[in-house]
Amino acid sequence: MCRTVDLQQAVLARNDDSAQELRTALAARGTIAVNLLSSPGSGKTELLERELGLARERGVPVAALTADLATENDALRLGRSGVPVKQVLTDGLCHLEAVMLRGHLDGWLPQATRLLFVENVGNLVCPASYDLGESLRVALASVTEGEDKPLKYPTAFGLAHLVLVTKTDLAAAVGFDEAAFLANVRRVNPGVEVVLTSARTGQGVGTLLDRALAVLAGEPVHRPVMGRPAGHAHGAPLADHS
Amino acid sequence: MHEMSIALAVIEQVEQAAAEHGAQAVEEVLLQVGELAGVVPQALDFCYELACADTVLAGSTLTVEPVAARARCVDCGREWAVGMPPDLACPGCGGARTELLAGRELQILQVRWAADPVLARADQEG
Repeated sequence: MCRTVDLQQAVLARNDDSAQELRTALAARGTIAVNLLSSPGSGKTELLERELGLARERGVPVAALTADLATENDALRLGRSGVPVKQVLTDGLCHLEAVMLRGHLDGWLPQATRLLFVENVGNLVCPASYDLGESLRVALASVTEGEDKPLKYPTAFGLAHLVLVTKTDLAAAVGFDEAAFLANVRRVNPGVEVVLTSARTGQGVGTLLDRALAVLAGEPVHRPVMGRPAGHAHGAPLADHS
Repeated sequence: MHEMSIALAVIEQVEQAAAEHGAQAVEEVLLQVGELAGVVPQALDFCYELACADTVLAGSTLTVEPVAARARCVDCGREWAVGMPPDLACPGCGGARTELLAGRELQILQVRWAADPVLARADQEG
């Protein structure tokens, strides 16, 4: 003899709700968050260091929060840019969640901040499922990782508003097939912008800052097919700007 | 592996529902998991069993109802099974204006409470 109850509850509803609250709270103070996702060693930190330095030169108030399982190495590197930086240690957790992020921002995020860059834990699987209240989600892949990365991690690349290819200075050495990579990105995320970058040569450096500033100014953001299921309330990480 | 976080979120929501319904034990949780939800059912099952210990869900079964991913082209109207890895550009006209009809589901559909004569009398049976 049993009873059943129909719950119809989204498992990640609590995170989605917290993320939406954080997005609203940030917007109220004139700040947007940028969530950076990539595998370990893809060159996120080095590119971000360049972008933060550029922001400082241009007088754009930015801040960065970087998450790792262990070590404060990334915060030390990002801190060289001279902008406010905070290291978050996840104690083994493979991703950030919205409530955790909010806890780390409370009492730290400088009031003047306009762009908050969040360097997620290096991992293309788990962070993809968690909206952090960002207004721009960026997936990065280096040329050394292979052209099929977007197919192997379809959620990470499929939910991105912008895709950055890093370490293009190594493209020739590793025989990177740019056309194949672009085709794979289009397959999981039709219409998303893909930008080639190299922190070494400076190619594409500044694009991340420019795109983030455009979103801050209210320009429409790409809406990934995977992020807007028909007739589904959750899963759209962004307010509809269009 | 974020399946432990997912398992904990499921357990938290079922515990809350159990408290609201006055249920003492859970027999089965029915979870809908889309092909593109980014969840590995086997890993989730493993985490679920571990995380259920010492809760009203201890000993319960997690049943996963898979949902195939499907998409539709806004321009030509074609519908197709997205597959894995997903093909989200239209295979007919090649268009990028497509929409996902199903495949991102990750929700608790139903909870079956364990038999309890007292509760069964007090509440509607299902």
